[in-house]
This record gives sequence, structure tokens and C-alpha cells, in this order.
Amino acid sequence: MAQVTLNALRKVYPNGFEAVKPASFTIEEGEFVVLVGPSGCGKSTMLRMIAGLEEITEGDLHIGDRVVNTVDPADRDIAMVFQNYALYPHMTVRKNIGYGLKNRKIAKDVINQKVEEAANLLNLNDYLDRKPSQLSGGQRQRVAMGRAIVRDPSLFLFDEPLSNLDAKLRNQMRIEIKALQRRLGVTSVYVTHDQVEAMTMADRIIVMNGGEIEQIGTPSEVYHSPASTFVASFMGAPPMNLLDVSRENGAVMVGGQQVAEFTGSGSVTLGVRPEDILPDANGSFEINVTLIEELGAHRILHAVWAGQPIMISVTKDVAAETGPLRVAIKPDALKYFDPQTGRRL
Amino acid sequence: MKRAGFSTRWLPILLLLPQLSIILIFFYWPAAHAVKSSFYLQDPFGFGETFVGMKNYTSLLKSSAYLRSAQFTVIFTLLVTILSLSLALLLAVKADKVIKGAKAYRTLLMWVYAVAPPVAGVIGLVLFDQTWGPLKDFFGLFGWDFRLGVNYFDTAFAMVVVSVWKQLPVNFIFFLSGLQSIPKSVREAALIDNRSASGRFWDVTFPLLAPTAFFLLIINITYALFDTFGIIDTVVKGEPSNNPMTLVYRVYVDGFRGNDLGGSSAQSVVLMVLVLALTVFQFRMVERRIHYT
Ligand SMILES: Nc1ncnc2c1ncn2[C@@H]1O[C@H](COP(=O)(O)OP(=O)(O)OP(=O)(O)O)[C@@H](O)[C@H]1O
Ligand SMILES: [Mg+2]
Repeated sequence: MAQVTLNALRKVYPNGFEAVKPASFTIEEGEFVVLVGPSGCGKSTMLRMIAGLEEITEGDLHIGDRVVNTVDPADRDIAMVFQNYALYPHMTVRKNIGYGLKNRKIAKDVINQKVEEAANLLNLNDYLDRKPSQLSGGQRQRVAMGRAIVRDPSLFLFDEPLSNLDAKLRNQMRIEIKALQRRLGVTSVYVTHDQVEAMTMADRIIVMNGGEIEQIGTPSEVYHSPASTFVASFMGAPPMNLLDVSRENGAVMVGGQQVAEFTGSGSVTLGVRPEDILPDANGSFEINVTLIEELGAHRILHAVWAGQPIMISVTKDVAAETGPLRVAIKPDALKYFDPQTGRRL
Repeated sequence: MKRAGFSTRWLPILLLLPQLSIILIFFYWPAAHAVKSSFYLQDPFGFGETFVGMKNYTSLLKSSAYLRSAQFTVIFTLLVTILSLSLALLLAVKADKVIKGAKAYRTLLMWVYAVAPPVAGVIGLVLFDQTWGPLKDFFGLFGWDFRLGVNYFDTAFAMVVVSVWKQLPVNFIFFLSGLQSIPKSVREAALIDNRSASGRFWDVTFPLLAPTAFFLLIINITYALFDTFGIIDTVVKGEPSNNPMTLVYRVYVDGFRGNDLGGSSAQSVVLMVLVLALTVFQFRMVERRIHYT
């Protein structure tokens, strides 16, 4: 278990591309932090700098009480789970799991015992003498987990470990990994581009975009109080509605109608979560529903409000049909963003 | 599903005929002929032949020159195979690590491959040439009076070096592409699991290269045994005298220089059996292991 501190960590690839702009944050002992963002935003680069697989261009990286910038990956006391599992194809499951221990000059019977324990924990007992090619995707994923946990590392690193699994297995493994991490209490950094994984697993989420950190916060902070239009539109499915609206004398106007009061004037980006707009016969606003997406437990209504597209999420009990619909908006559900920078106002 | 096929029976046979006849005329017929000749003693001037049974074979085993060639062939093959494989592996591992200017390095190392093999062999030999080769003078600096084609050891040395030199690029290319087909993440996982670079190489990289290495082993043994004929011929220049030579070259020397067609045929048959054994061994190994995915 260790605290991890990044101090203005920056990565410029040899071709001059700045994949991670100076990033600073601290991960507390035992915390589960999820790095989330769209493809190519620098998540893996950040994780690989922490692992020591990628050279740090600038800044300091602390794991525990050491600065590890130049420490070999094997000496950082970390374990990493890769997206394609990266199992050694020529070794049995037993050897795969025990390989890291063997290199630390740990006695054979101790290794065996630890491997058996890990196998027990992960339901791999029956497969210990198989080669990775004889396992299913989910089993390989477990072996990769086993390889990580036998080492008792002070830091777990995960790079999209579930993205090669089918949806059902992904849900199951998501819960297993989270439970395992809770139980072992090991500080973890988990990279994903799946915002559901981020929301469900994280103690804290770090949202990245274009090499920059957009927001750091608990899942609820990131969801309910996004720091930018990027975070607002990235987190949540369907994402937050963003409308370009104008302000006149402190009144926010949509289609000539006052929606709320907000100081200042000029245009502003108005954000509202789909579930915060409620169908209400006495509501003050009228929207025009064009399409209904049936999702079972709830429905998503695609609509137009004063010429701008919006989405509303309603539970299955709410009858819905296309055409005009009166809605009310939950008070304090409205967020305002600077239309130029996208930052929260 | 409709099976693609020929409407007439004779068409496929007709299409196969050129290939089959080439194999028959240039391989099976001479091979059968060699087996037959190996039981006869030919008149050197072409006036008939006498059946001698196994005599050609027994005299081979009694010939000290033949046994010496056999011994040289074993040592030569081992040296060429081991040296060309290990040097190529070393170069490939180093080239694989290069990041800056990687393309230039690799191209340079592969360049020799683009040179036609006989030309490459000749270039190698020019370096060793008695009159204008730079290596003779270079060895002279260390007090080594290098005598190509005269001194047994010096001649063998040149044969081995040139043979290895010529084979290096092929092995290098295979090893390099083998190395590059190892998933990057597997090597990175090893980086986290093992701090020793040599440990990672022998535990992870090398076993994953094993299929490539085994394939190259067979290729190189075959090369050292048979395809070095040209190099040996250029060094020995048709004057065998006391020079080292491989069994394949001896077949030619005894048969066409010494006019002992029967003995030479017996030697060919011995080599055929050797190749057969090697092939069987290869298939056995390939079937048995060295295949993962
Ligand atoms: N070796 C490299 N040289 C130059 N640029 C690179 C290199 N590796 C990655 N990049 C670039 O750096 C950026 C970040 O890459 P990174 O792999 O960290 O993205 P990511 O957030 O993990 O994306 P994904 O979700 O697709 O895995 C990308 O734009 C990528 O093209
Ligand atoms: Mg990535």
C-alpha cells in the first residue's frame, strides 16, 4: 500500500507529441482511482509513466516515500494488468502467476503456496497446468489478475483490463476486481474509456482530454457537478444536454422564455441532465418529442426545444408519445458553462 | 456447396506433368542412378563397369581421407551453424533495441542479403585473398602468416568465416522479425516481473523465438552441409591436395577429379541417408512441440 504523488508529470514522445501535459495529483493509500477519457487522450501514457514503461519527460513521480522517476519497473513494487493480458504464452498458468516471485528469489514452496492461494481466490485451481492458449478470455483475465495479486504490490495498475471481454463477463469481472481491491486494500490506478466502469468502480475519477486533466472528483461530483462541457458530455449515458442560450439582464432565455436567473449577459452554455427534465402537464416549457428509444427500465425521449436537440430520460411508468410535451426542470439542476472555454461558470 | 473440380481426368495430370517430370528427371533418376552406381566399379575411361557389391562402401569407411573429411564436415557444420545463428541472434537483439535511426541500422544489416549469394561469397573471399586481400596483411600484424589454400587450419578458418558471413543476413532477418512478432505487452510484463535483462531474455524472449530458432537451425545445417559448395570450391580452387573439404565437395572431387564414379556414388548415397534422417528429425520435432499461439 502506498500513496502515489504526481508532480507536474509531463510526457513528450520522441516525435515531439505532447501526450500528457503537466499533471499533478495525489492518490491516497488504498484508493481506487480511475483514469477515464476518450481514445488517445493520454490515459495509457500516464499509467505507463507510473509503471516505468515510459520515460518521464518532466516532473516527479512518488510512490510511497520514494521518487521513482528512474527506478526500474521491477523495483517499483507495482503490478500491472494489461488490456490483452500479456500472459507468457509458453508458460503454464502456475508459472505465469509465479514468475514474478521466482525472480525475487522466494523459496519454491512459498511460491507454490501463494500461487495456490491466488488460484483459490480467482477460481483457477483447475487450470493451473494449462497454457494460456487453452483458456477462455475470462480465465486469461483472471490469470492476469492472479499474476498481479501474488506479488503483494503496493500499487495495482490496470490498463483497460476488461475491454476484450463480452458485456456480461465485463460486468461480472468489474465487480470481482472492485471487491478484490477492497479486500486487499491496495492502491489502484485503473484506465478505461468506459464511463460506466469509471462511475461504478472509482473512489475518485480523473477525467482526461487531449493530454490534460479536465476534472478530478468522486463519481458523484464528476457526474452532478462537471467542471467543463467536456466532462458533462463524456460522463453519463445519455450525456448531459448542452444548449446554447442567451442571457438578458440576468435572465437565461430559451426560445424567448425565461428559464432561470443567472448573473451577467451574453451567450452561455446551459447544461441539464436528461433525468432532471420531467414530463409535467403543468410544466412551464414545451418541447417537441421526435423519437422514443425504449430501454426497458426507462425510455429516452429525443426532442427539440426551441430549435435545439435535447434528450430526456423517463422511467418506464411514464407514458410517452411523439409530439408536443410539457416539461418541468428540477430546480438547481441547471449548470452554466463558458461557451468559449467550456469551463463551468 | 459446389466443389471446384476438373471436368476431365487427364487435365490435372497434364497440368502436373511439367513439375513431375522435372522432379523425375533431375532428382529421382539421378538418385536412382547414384544408388546403382554405388555398387559398381567404373572404368575411368568409360569402358564398362564391374559389379562390386558393398565394396565401395567398405572402402569409404577404410579411407582415412574420407573419414577426415567426415570429421571436418561435422566440425565445420557445427561451427557455421552455431556461429551464424548466435551472431545473428545477437545482432537482431541489439538492432531490435535501437530506437533512434532503427531503420538505417536494420537496412545496413540486411544489405548483404540483397547481394546474390555467390557474389557475397566471392566478396568474402576477396577479403581473404593471398595477393590483394586486406585480411592477410591484417593477420600479419599479429604475426599470423596467413596461407590460404596451403595451410589446413588457415583455409578452414577462411571457409568458416566466409560461410558464416554469407548466412548472417538471412538469420538476422528471421530473428529480427521473430523478435518483433513477440507482443510488446508480453515483454513489458516481463519488465515488471524480472529486473534482470538476461533473465528476461532467457525466460521469455528466447522461448518465444524457439520456433524461429528451430526453423533456422535446420536451414543452417542444410546450408553448411550443402550450400557451402561454392565457397569451398572458390577457396580450394579445384586443388584439393591437403585442403579441408566437406563431404559434399568430396563427392565432386572424387567423382569428377578422381574419376572414381562408384566411390563418389556411394558417398552421395551416404549423404542422401543423412538428409533423410535430418528431414525425419525435423518433422518429428515440428509435430511434437515448439508451437504456441
Ligand atoms: N510512441 C509514441 N510516439 C508518439 N506518439 C504516441 C506514442 N504512443 C502514443 N502516442 C500518442 O499519444 C497519445 C496518447 O496515447 P495513449 O496511448 O496514452 O492514449 P489512450 O488514452 O490510452 O488511448 P486508448 O483509449 O485508445 O488506449 C495518442 O494521441 C497517441 O497517438
Ligand atoms: Mg490506452
